[in-house]
Amino acid sequence: MGLLNKLDDPYEGGGIVLGKVEDLLNWGRSKSDWYLHFGLACCAIEFMAMNASHFDFMRFGTIPRTSPRQADFIMVTGTVTFKMADRIKVLYEQMAEPKYVISVGSCSNCGGPYWEHGYHVLKGVDRIIPVDVYIPGCPPRPEAFEEGMMLLQSKISKQAIFNKRKKLEAEL
Amino acid sequence: MLANEIFDRLKTEFGDAILAFDDTQPTDPFIMVQTDKVFDVCYSLRDNDEFQFDYLMCLTGMDLGENVGVVYHLYSMKFKHKVVLKVVAPKADPKVPSVEMLWKTADWHEREAYDLMGVQFEGHRNLIRILCPYDWEGHPLRKDYETPEFYHGMKVSY
Amino acid sequence: MSDKKRLDLEYSQIESDKMRINVGPQHPSTHGVLRLEVEVDGEIVTEVIPHLGYLHRSFEKHCEKMTYPQVMPYIDRLDYISAMNNEWPYVMALEKLMDIKVPEKVDYIRVILAELNRIANHQIAVATFGLDAGAFTPFLFFFRDREYILWILEKMSGARLLYNYFRVGGLAADVYPGFKEDCLNIVKQVRKTNAEVMDLLIYNSIFIKRSANVGILRPDVAINFACSGPVLRGSGVKYDLRKDEPYSIYDRFDFDIPVGKGEVGVVGDCWDRNMVRVQEMEQSCRIIEQAIAQMPMEGDVSALVPKRIKPPKGEVYMRAENPKGDLGFYIVSNGTDKPERLKARGASFVNLSVIPEISKGYMFADLILILGSIDIVLGEVDR
Ligand code: SF4
Repeated sequence: MGLLNKLDDPYEGGGIVLGKVEDLLNWGRSKSDWYLHFGLACCAIEFMAMNASHFDFMRFGTIPRTSPRQADFIMVTGTVTFKMADRIKVLYEQMAEPKYVISVGSCSNCGGPYWEHGYHVLKGVDRIIPVDVYIPGCPPRPEAFEEGMMLLQSKISKQAIFNKRKKLEAEL
Repeated sequence: MLANEIFDRLKTEFGDAILAFDDTQPTDPFIMVQTDKVFDVCYSLRDNDEFQFDYLMCLTGMDLGENVGVVYHLYSMKFKHKVVLKVVAPKADPKVPSVEMLWKTADWHEREAYDLMGVQFEGHRNLIRILCPYDWEGHPLRKDYETPEFYHGMKVSY
Repeated sequence: MSDKKRLDLEYSQIESDKMRINVGPQHPSTHGVLRLEVEVDGEIVTEVIPHLGYLHRSFEKHCEKMTYPQVMPYIDRLDYISAMNNEWPYVMALEKLMDIKVPEKVDYIRVILAELNRIANHQIAVATFGLDAGAFTPFLFFFRDREYILWILEKMSGARLLYNYFRVGGLAADVYPGFKEDCLNIVKQVRKTNAEVMDLLIYNSIFIKRSANVGILRPDVAINFACSGPVLRGSGVKYDLRKDEPYSIYDRFDFDIPVGKGEVGVVGDCWDRNMVRVQEMEQSCRIIEQAIAQMPMEGDVSALVPKRIKPPKGEVYMRAENPKGDLGFYIVSNGTDKPERLKARGASFVNLSVIPEISKGYMFADLILILGSIDIVLGEVDR
C-alpha cells in the first residue's frame, strides 16, 4: 500500500492513519486514470495488444473512454499529420482539468521516420499540446507502455492540489 | 493474349492513336497511347470480347520532367492477361481523359494522381483532393515541389 | 415479407429530415483515423462520403529520397498489421528487375512467415469485427494466440510488429533452432481457437442476425471497384493470386480458396467476408504444415547480390496476395540506387472505395459493421 507506507502511524493498531488530504486524493487520482485513446497508426496496434490478454493494461486502473470529457489523460499513439493536428487540439481542449498527455512512439514524439521528408507530418505532437510522458520506440514494446504509465502515475501522485502557487515558488 | 497481340489488334482498330510499343527487358511491355484517345482505347479494352479487361489494377501519375504521365495497369479476370498503357501530357496543361466511368476504382486513383501529381482528369465527376487537406497548395510528388514553410501556423520542416 | 422490406415500409411512412453526421476521425470503430460523412434519414443511411488523408505520411515522397534498402522500413509501415507480407512484393519486384534467383530455402521461410503473418492479420480482423458487433471475448482469445505468433516473428527478426526482415535476394537472418516445432505448435493452437470461436462467435445466432444480409457486395460491382482479397472472395469470386498467378513457390502446395457461399444469408454479405477470413486461417495452417515438411534446413539464406542495390533502368509492377488483398508495387528505376517513382497500390485503399456503394439503405449501426467487415488499415489507405 503505497500511501500507508508513507505515513507514520503513531496510533499503532488503532486503525487511525494520519496524513495529508492531498496525498490521499493524489493516491486515488493516480490509481484510476481514465484515458482517451487516440489511436493513429502502427503504435495503436501495439497498444491494442497491450490492452488484450498477456499484458492487460487495465490493471493500472485505466479504463478506455471514447469521449474526451470523461478522460483524465489522452494517449496519442502514432503519426500526427497536419490534417489531424487541429482535431487533436480540439479534443485536448475539450478535456476537463486536470489533464495529462502521453505521447507514444517516435512519430508523436518527434516525427520519427517521417522526420526529414514528411511534408504532411507534424514533427512531434508537443508542438501543439503539452506532453507529460514520452514513450520512445517504433513501435514501443508493451513493457515500455507499462513504464510510461508508471511514470505518469508517479507524476500525478507528486502533484500539488492545494496552495499550488506557493509550492511552485518554493520549488523555483 | 500477349501484349504484342493486343498491340496489333489495337493498331488495326485505332491506327495512329496507338503510338508505340516497348517490350525491352526488364521493363514490362507497355503500349503508348495518344492522350485524347485513351478513353476510347480503354473502352474497347474493357468491352471487347477478346480483351475483357475488367480489372484496373493500378493507375499511377508520373513526373517525367517536361511532361506528366499516367500509367494504367489492366488485368482480365477471365483470360488472366495483362496490359500496361501509358499516356503523357505537357506539364503546362496536364489534361488526360478520365476513365472513371469505365472502372469505378479509377475514381480514387485519379483523385490521388490529381492530388499528388496535378494531373487534370477531364470528365471526372468529383475531382478534388483526396489525401492532402482540401486547402493544401501544390502537388507534392512533383519533382520541383517545394515544401511550404507553414501550414495553419504549424511549421512544416525543420 | 423479409425483415428488411418491412422496415422500409414503416420508415417510408414517417416524414423526416435528412441529417448529416460525422463519424471520425477519432472514433473507436473506424479502425483508425478515417472520417465518414454520413447522411442519415432517421436511422437509415442514405449517403456515405469517406474523407481520407488523416494518416497521409508522404510515403511515396520518402521512397524517392531513400535508397532501395532504406525504403524497406517504410514499406513495413504501410499495412502495419501484416508487415512481412508487405515486404514480399517489393523484394520480388526488385529481384525481377535485377534478375536474381533466390535460394529455395529462402522461399520456404518467406512462405511460412507470410502465412504466419496472414493468420495474425486475420485474427485481428475477425477479433475487431467481433468487437464492432459487440462481442468482446473472441478479441481476447485471438490476441492471446496472436502473441504466440509474434513471439516466433520476433525471434526471427527482432521486432514485434514491423520486421524489416526480407532483403533483396534473401533474408536478414537464418531460422533459429526449434523453429519448425514452434510453427507446428502454433498451427495446433490456431486450430483449437478457431474451433472455439466458431461456436462462440461465427455461428452465434445474435452475430448471424447482425451480420447476415448486411452490406451485400455483388461480384460484378466488386470487380468493377477492383476489390481483392477476402472482400472479393466473400462475393463468391474465386480469385487468389497464390493460385491464379502463382508467385514464389505457391504452386507446390495443396490448398483451397475459400469463397463466400451465402451460408446464412446472401452471397457477399458481411458474414461471408468474415467467414472467408476464418477459413483462410485454416488454409494457411495447411500451407505452413506442408512447407515445414518440405523445407530444406541446409543452405544459405541469401543469393549473391551486389553490395549496392542498383537495378538497371526499367520498370516493373509486382503484386502479391496480402491478407487484405493484392498489394502492388510499381517501381520505376532510373539506374541509380534510388527509385525514380514508387507507387504502392494498397489493397485497403481500393477496398475502402466500395463503402459508399454497399452501405446505402442500411441502418446506421450496420455501417460500422460493414466497415469492420472490409478490414481496412489506414496506413495503407493514406500511405
Ligand atoms: S513511431 Fe513507428 S510504429 Fe509508431 S506510428 Fe510512428 S512509424 Fe508507426
